[in-house]
Amino acid sequence: MMNKTEGPAVRARGLTVVRGKRTVLDGLDFDVPRGQVTGLLGPSGCGKSTLMRAIAGTQAQVTGSLDVLGGPAGSASLRSRVGYCTQAPSVYDDLTVRQNLDYFAAVLRLRARGTVDRVLADVDLADHADSLAGNLSGGQRSRVSLATALLGAPELLVLDEPTVGLDPVLRRDLWDLFHRLARGTAGDGTGGTTLLISSHVMDEAERCDRLLLMRSGRVLADDTPAALHDRTGTGTVEAAFLRLVEAANDMEAPR
Amino acid sequence: MNVTRTLATARRVLRQLGHDPRTIALLLLVPCLLLLLLRWVFDSDPRAFDSIGASLLGIFPLVTMFLVTSIATLRERTSGTLERLLSMPLGKADLVVGYALAFGLVAVVQAGLVTGLSIWGLDLDFAGSPWLLLVIALLDTLLGTALGLFVSAFAASEFQAVQFMPAVIFPQLLLCGLFTPRDTMQPVLEAMSNVLPMSYAVDGMNEVLRHADVTGDFVRDVCVVAGSGLLVLVLGAATLRRRTA
Repeated sequence: MMNKTEGPAVRARGLTVVRGKRTVLDGLDFDVPRGQVTGLLGPSGCGKSTLMRAIAGTQAQVTGSLDVLGGPAGSASLRSRVGYCTQAPSVYDDLTVRQNLDYFAAVLRLRARGTVDRVLADVDLADHADSLAGNLSGGQRSRVSLATALLGAPELLVLDEPTVGLDPVLRRDLWDLFHRLARGTAGDGTGGTTLLISSHVMDEAERCDRLLLMRSGRVLADDTPAALHDRTGTGTVEAAFLRLVEAANDMEAPR
Repeated sequence: MNVTRTLATARRVLRQLGHDPRTIALLLLVPCLLLLLLRWVFDSDPRAFDSIGASLLGIFPLVTMFLVTSIATLRERTSGTLERLLSMPLGKADLVVGYALAFGLVAVVQAGLVTGLSIWGLDLDFAGSPWLLLVIALLDTLLGTALGLFVSAFAASEFQAVQFMPAVIFPQLLLCGLFTPRDTMQPVLEAMSNVLPMSYAVDGMNEVLRHADVTGDFVRDVCVVAGSGLLVLVLGAATLRRRTA
């Protein structure tokens, strides 16, 4: 297989998405390196979810070039290599947690039992395996959705706000899991996973290896958290983001 | 298409139903109760009941499976599970055929109950074999499932989806020959009834009612119902898009 381990996990050049009359993504150029946790940050409505859908191959009206794991985004061979978790939990409310995972594991043609138990433990839902998904709390349901994306140990994980509505302990545990996946020490232990994780919680940004800051359909910055602090002379990603937004506003509307 | 994935989909749909006993009860009991009611409506005229009862055996599976599938598919679309499935290595045929298999199984039970009740409980006098009734009922299910899948693509909410029932099913109900023989209708309406698939489902049931053998007309009816079911199923699968706006 071409470029299986070389080159960036995601490579976008002039990536544009038009939805109706609105240009949601406006000529993005960026790379997502392999085996790292890249955070996708920006205010709601800035195009994060659309970008993630484009990478997962579910977004229509994508122009420009977008390569994922060495092939064009959305190609058939990527469907088992990319795990995608939407912002709203996409699970069957009228099935139990285990029945949900059994089904998605069957779609991926995995031998269910061991894999399902592993991802249930990863998201700390082993105790709720036999509860109906519809009876779980919002945070628990989104973890079922996350567990589904973890099935089959995909090479690239695209997670849209996976920690929204979770308590601090659980958020910390999940971020630990994300880093273990990136280092290749979690899951089934095969190599490092590339993770692209969106969030609008700025303190989560500090936990990422790399950051993509977005604002109104454009990439504002693409760097490590430390480099962002240096560049903007600020101590937190939040302050750096605000500084960059102000600078961009000044550029757009001088005086 | 992949057999493992198709069967997994069918099993998943059945498991969903399994958590919803009330829906199962409604699916299985309502047609029986309606038939019972109708028998008493025609209390003094059992022969009129024969024809209408036989027609209803062709109509129940179509209508119920239409409703169930259109809502179930709409829920897949709005809950995001469809988007998730289509971003995974699942073929559209796996999904569509999986649904058809699961609901087909429900329809076999439904048709079995309704047919058994009408023959042994209500003295509906069929000249032909009850197995032929089951064949039509199954093909009806396919058609209903296909129509439901297809219209769900044009509904943005459950409110809209249920409105497709009067829009898609009622005209067929009025023109299928249930109320009056199709060849006595106004010629334009008769021509319309000739292209609506439910007419053939009802004709087929009436063929079994009147003839002991498999007639040429029965074979034609079966072929039309099966063919239109497959056609609409393909159209329905085409409405599933891996990429959406």
